Amino acid sequence: MHKTPLLDQLESGPWPSFITDLKRVAGRKKSAADLLGVLERSYKDKITHWKHGGIVGVLGYGSGIIGRYIDIPEEFPGVEHFHTVRVNQPSGWFYTTKALRELCEIWDEHGSSLLNMHGSTGDIIFLGTTTPELEPCFAKLTAKGWDLGGSGSAFRSPSCCVGQARCEWACFDTMEACYELTQHMQFELHRPSYPYKYKLKLSGCPNDCVAAVARADCSVIGVWKDDIRIDQAAVKAYAGGELKPRGGATVYPKLDVKADVTDLCPTYCMSYDGKTLKIDNKNCNHCMHCISLMPQALRPGTETGAAFLLGSHAPILEGAQMSWVIVPFMPMEAPFDELKEIIVNIAEWWSEHGKNRERVGELMLRLGMRAFFQGVGLEPPAQTVRTPRANPFFFWHQEDFDAEAAGRKYIKL
Amino acid sequence: MSERLTDIGPPHYDKFLPPVVKANYGKWKYHELLEPGVLMHVGDSGDKLFSVRVGSGRLITTDFVKDVCDLADKFCDGYLRFTSRNNIEFLLSDQSKIAGLKDAIKKMGLPIGGTGHSVSNIVHTQGWIHCHTPAIDASGIVKAVMDDLFDYFGSHKLPAQVRVALACCLNMCGAVHCSDIAILGIHRTAPKVDHERLRHLCEIPTTIASCPTGAIRPHPDKSIKSVVINEPKCMYCGNCYTMCPALPCFDAEKGGVALLVGGKVSNSKTPPMFSKLAVPYLPNNPPRWPETVAAIRKILVKYAEGANKWERVGEWVERIGWEKFFEVCEIPFVFQHIDDYRWAYDTYRTSMHFKF
Repeated sequence: MHKTPLLDQLESGPWPSFITDLKRVAGRKKSAADLLGVLERSYKDKITHWKHGGIVGVLGYGSGIIGRYIDIPEEFPGVEHFHTVRVNQPSGWFYTTKALRELCEIWDEHGSSLLNMHGSTGDIIFLGTTTPELEPCFAKLTAKGWDLGGSGSAFRSPSCCVGQARCEWACFDTMEACYELTQHMQFELHRPSYPYKYKLKLSGCPNDCVAAVARADCSVIGVWKDDIRIDQAAVKAYAGGELKPRGGATVYPKLDVKADVTDLCPTYCMSYDGKTLKIDNKNCNHCMHCISLMPQALRPGTETGAAFLLGSHAPILEGAQMSWVIVPFMPMEAPFDELKEIIVNIAEWWSEHGKNRERVGELMLRLGMRAFFQGVGLEPPAQTVRTPRANPFFFWHQEDFDAEAAGRKYIKL
Repeated sequence: MSERLTDIGPPHYDKFLPPVVKANYGKWKYHELLEPGVLMHVGDSGDKLFSVRVGSGRLITTDFVKDVCDLADKFCDGYLRFTSRNNIEFLLSDQSKIAGLKDAIKKMGLPIGGTGHSVSNIVHTQGWIHCHTPAIDASGIVKAVMDDLFDYFGSHKLPAQVRVALACCLNMCGAVHCSDIAILGIHRTAPKVDHERLRHLCEIPTTIASCPTGAIRPHPDKSIKSVVINEPKCMYCGNCYTMCPALPCFDAEKGGVALLVGGKVSNSKTPPMFSKLAVPYLPNNPPRWPETVAAIRKILVKYAEGANKWERVGEWVERIGWEKFFEVCEIPFVFQHIDDYRWAYDTYRTSMHFKF
């Protein structure tokens, strides 16, 4: 074991210490011991000692394994090769202990015994093994029903919120949609063939618990079209203090339905006169504030589905983007054919026009929304913009003149 | 090789759902928090599911997973799940087992919480444990910050939930750009070209093409097969280093931490928001990054004091104005706060709606 005086200082304090945890394994795993040694060195040098990986993988796949090597292998031979294995997680991150123990057994035998539950994309991350262990590890995983996740310029492992498995707000079955899409895209997930990464995340309601709007090119967010369901007796119970605000998620003892709920409604579409809560549902923008504050009184409507938003990514290269609305509503019934078709069509358009390492959201900005909508065969809904353009530089195509000749009008008089 | 399985995808989640979840799937009526970290979901049927949420490191070992499994076997019939913020949730249908489970969790040294108006677990990247472009470590800073904010994990005393995230370089594989408080590792110096190594290791056209700002060009002396960097154009992203290891961008003394605040992804009241630059630089100071820990505490405390009920950090800052935010948090305003990248104009104030 290496001496780790700096890391040892991370063993105190009330939050669980990853150093204490790693030290347990370092006694039986040379790779874990050397990993602690390298980390201690980085804490001293204040720089990383990892090199970007070469091409490593399992036979027939171009993704799922990320090559990783150390720059001082002579000092830390146990982590000379320290490749990552991404294992595609089950929808909603539910497990039985039997399944987790099987995964642990595989990783104890073929890797460092270190892992993340889970990585940012959603996969189980097995952290650190050598090239010869990859194929046997993969064989053991598939024998137990597991497969690798995506990496590189591939369709990445989709992930989703807990959805209808445990949430009364889920407007569609996020876990089944996640599973269906993962299965539908297996080829694209394991064989990188896109200009860059392509991610899908699904949240059951506009609270967006998996941050789909910020972290996935394809963001599917549940929504309802009809009226919020109201239990007026429960509203009174909130007003009277018998029910706790936000289901007890706060220290506030009692809800003031007017001040806390209706006055904070962003569209001012609600009112409460002390007896009856009224909602002008046609003007509701589905923000979820009132529902979140009074979970026993209010529920989303029953005509439910999802919006499809597109384009988000982290700041490289043009600056961070959030996804924007492409399809405001689609019904979301298994086997989710409409969603599959949109995702595949967009990938085709992007693969044809995108430059190397250009995310689909960047391509849309470069070529314009008209090229995008027409390229993927969709009509533009007004919900796609927050505001129309303020500049007068809009363009006309021959097809516009043709449409006018055929009778298109720009205002009904 | 004919028996080799490929493209089977993950197991169907159905195999892992507790019976109470299967029975009430899509038929949940409401939920309540019995206390911080303990959720109760009630189905239309009247069935109840209890979830006990526990914080853990993201970087863990199989030993730890097996310990967690022992608890789930003893109290939860072997059922558990993980959240999108690296928390563990023990799932029970028998309320009488909660007290025993909580005792066992505490005995393991794990914190219960992360629900409601808390600071939940910090989502983060790999840092010095595994990545080739980080400016800072990830797990170590997260440990230091969560030690300091520990009290906020197991309580609901904030005006709203506060989501903290860490990315160890601006590639942000942790996508921290919509977090209430984002901890970001930054390089501040351009890569140093090692001409001798570059000649052997790197492909010059792909190296040049990797730069998002066009700051790399071929060496003007044609006899030197290498590149030169126009340093004022470099924004320290490390993309070139990914393509070419002869362009290291690390500077042990100048690299460090930036804090961005006010992001969110929920649509509640206000639309999702990006996190914005609050503190442009704090020193890279392992093993416990005291300046970063103190700065986060200061921002969090000022938010807790100043925000209205239900207001997220970003909503509070937008209401009081950024000039007031800098004032109350005692953050000097400097050139780095003013956007001068691609979409800067949107951030300039074009109204008289400001404060003194």
